[in-house]
Amino acid sequence: MDFSFTDEQSMLRDTVASYLADHYDFDTRRTAVKSASGWRPEVWKAFAEELGILGAAFPEELGGLGGGAIDNMVVMEEFGKALVVEPYLGTVVIGGGFLKHANPAGAAELISGVIDGSVTFAFAYAEPQGRYNLANLVTTARKDGAGWVLNGHKAVVIGAPWASHLIVTARTGGAQRDAGGVSVFLVDRNAGGVVTRDYPTVDGRRASEVFFENVSLPASALIGEEGAALPLVEQVVDEAIAATCAEACGVLRKLHEGTLEYTKQRKQFGQPIAAFQVLQHRMVDMFIQVEQAVSMTYMAHIKLSEPAAERAKALSAAKVQIGRACRFVGQNAIQLHGGMGMTDEMAIGHYFKRATMIEGEFGSVDHHLHRYETLSLGA
Amino acid sequence: MDLDFSPQDAAFRAEVRAFIAENYPQALRDKQRDEEALSKEDYLSWHRILAQKGWSAPSWPKEWGGTGWTPTQKYIWSEEQARADTIAVLPFGVNMLAPVIYTFGTEEQKARFLPGIRDGQVWWCQGYSEPGAGSDLASLKTKAERITGDDGKDYYLVNGQKTWTTLGQYADWGFFLVRTDANAKPQAGISFLLIDMTSPGVTVRPLITLEGGHEVNDVFLDNVKVPVENRIYHENQGWTCAKALLLHERSGIAGVARSKRGLERLRQVARTQLADNAGPLLADPFFKRKVAELEIDLTALEFTELRTLAGESSGKGPGPESSILKIKGTEIQQRLTELALEAAGHYGAPYLRGLPHNIGAIGPDEAHGVAGAYFNTRKTSIYGGSNEIQRNIIAKAVLGL
Repeated sequence: MDFSFTDEQSMLRDTVASYLADHYDFDTRRTAVKSASGWRPEVWKAFAEELGILGAAFPEELGGLGGGAIDNMVVMEEFGKALVVEPYLGTVVIGGGFLKHANPAGAAELISGVIDGSVTFAFAYAEPQGRYNLANLVTTARKDGAGWVLNGHKAVVIGAPWASHLIVTARTGGAQRDAGGVSVFLVDRNAGGVVTRDYPTVDGRRASEVFFENVSLPASALIGEEGAALPLVEQVVDEAIAATCAEACGVLRKLHEGTLEYTKQRKQFGQPIAAFQVLQHRMVDMFIQVEQAVSMTYMAHIKLSEPAAERAKALSAAKVQIGRACRFVGQNAIQLHGGMGMTDEMAIGHYFKRATMIEGEFGSVDHHLHRYETLSLGA
Repeated sequence: MDLDFSPQDAAFRAEVRAFIAENYPQALRDKQRDEEALSKEDYLSWHRILAQKGWSAPSWPKEWGGTGWTPTQKYIWSEEQARADTIAVLPFGVNMLAPVIYTFGTEEQKARFLPGIRDGQVWWCQGYSEPGAGSDLASLKTKAERITGDDGKDYYLVNGQKTWTTLGQYADWGFFLVRTDANAKPQAGISFLLIDMTSPGVTVRPLITLEGGHEVNDVFLDNVKVPVENRIYHENQGWTCAKALLLHERSGIAGVARSKRGLERLRQVARTQLADNAGPLLADPFFKRKVAELEIDLTALEFTELRTLAGESSGKGPGPESSILKIKGTEIQQRLTELALEAAGHYGAPYLRGLPHNIGAIGPDEAHGVAGAYFNTRKTSIYGGSNEIQRNIIAKAVLGL
């Protein structure tokens, strides 16, 4: 048994941490997320060229550094600590995941584009009626000669305004919630008939409502098997959940550390408020939540290579723990900061907002409890 | 022991319901529906309509404009306002300051200040907390020194900083706790001053909260001259006024009627929003269970509040047990916003504040602003004496620990 990181992984963590310390302080981030575009393409370029981290999780034969899920975990945890908004999850974890697992036509060029920073992905899977059910789709792709015609509306597509390509789930057969009939397509963000309404999110990112209006796709746009891609989607979403758990660990650590720091220096009744036992116990409970979240995040990454049912159960379990930790630690970080925690000028509130959004990403606590129950205890 | 409403109560309910339906401004309704920021005039418009009817300050002594309603009638009144989603009459003057004035003020002060509060002519704000004095309010440092002005009259010269002043950007006047004796024990050297916010030396600076709103402010007091006759009660005995005020703040804070309305809205949202599989979210056993638990929690709070009201009608003022109402009331308000955010699913994420109108709606109407409301409502367990402080009060003053 070994929970230690390889030298390469430790170096990766140091590289990312030191770059973010120099280029991603709270005020710089805040200015960037309020700017017209909402992100910094030059930071993305630095990730690709200066740090070379966008290839960390890709095999060497595709131009990567030969790492995998643990490398994503390391990057995402550091990104969580700095509240990085740039689209690593959508591009490397999700986009990279689909390309590696399905190896569609053109995958090698796209991956080299990801690694050099020229290709960015956003994952258009959610729909207004679908909540967290990945198969609940009314977006359709209809066969048209050798290619396809795509129609539908995707909800809250995170990072879409920044993406060169969208990865879209659509129904090529079956009824609205059937497991069969789900397919995945690669769509150029600027293709004719792709209409987007862009907006900021409450945690400082950008998203779009994406409407496909008779978008013509070539046959080569298909990723994975026609009408049988739900297992692939579930696998990639499980990988995204693992990475999101890692990001959450970074966010949670900062929430907890920030609270310890604040309560030690904030004095009321002639002493630091950290001296009050009731607050000490609260911070201990927060600490326990953080440690349990980290443990579940490791577990989740280790189980990503298990058979589908075992993997799904593990990832749902992890997401339940992370969701609960995000709520408990986030709420109490604000509470222990008092009025200061409510202000936009302190970083703590921004970590709280990100933690709150992570609760619902790729499925709420309720969704994953239900998925876990079904897998572990039977339907 | 009974809970029956008498025929008179039923008639009263019909009367207030009809009055609200006929008199609540449509312009306000439209703004509330569109979640537009309310102006100072918006806030005061409903207050002034109620004042004309004689209903703006139900709990006051009758001679100053109280309605003389029974506790049951007051309860019905708050229920009907919540039912109709009216904006609340601002609490700072009517519920917080006025009881201090009519309990501790001189006849002259009552005549000078109470009518303006009752009629919605003067907007009041609260100057209690300071950067270094939150939970430990008695450690406040804003200093008031007695001076004689050029006109030969006595003044206080006030210097210091107040913070978390809610809607202070609109205030005409403020009630402030200031230190008039630096050598006394913390609680013993405090006085209760009324300050004209247009006085030279008063600066109000916005504090933006994490959801992006401007509700609270810093207030800086730099050599502000305050006539001595603006002090309520004795010099150095302002803490007595402050404590009485906090009790009133707490008892009003339960917000049962508003939370009941919030639950109705939550049920509506959960009927409209769809679960993972076919069917409304309210049919989802997980979500349904949480709504049911919250309803039960609210029922318990409602009956605790009714017991408190019954106690008040038999002559007991609000006591330290009103901290229960504050703790449970705010926990329930927060839980409501948690569940509303959960119900919104993906559509909790869009940040629509400040988005140009021409972009059109993002997501269903009922999801708009739910994340902001969730973030903002975290304040309720912090303000008015944090819930940790309320537990200390119960431990000491109720349980004798």
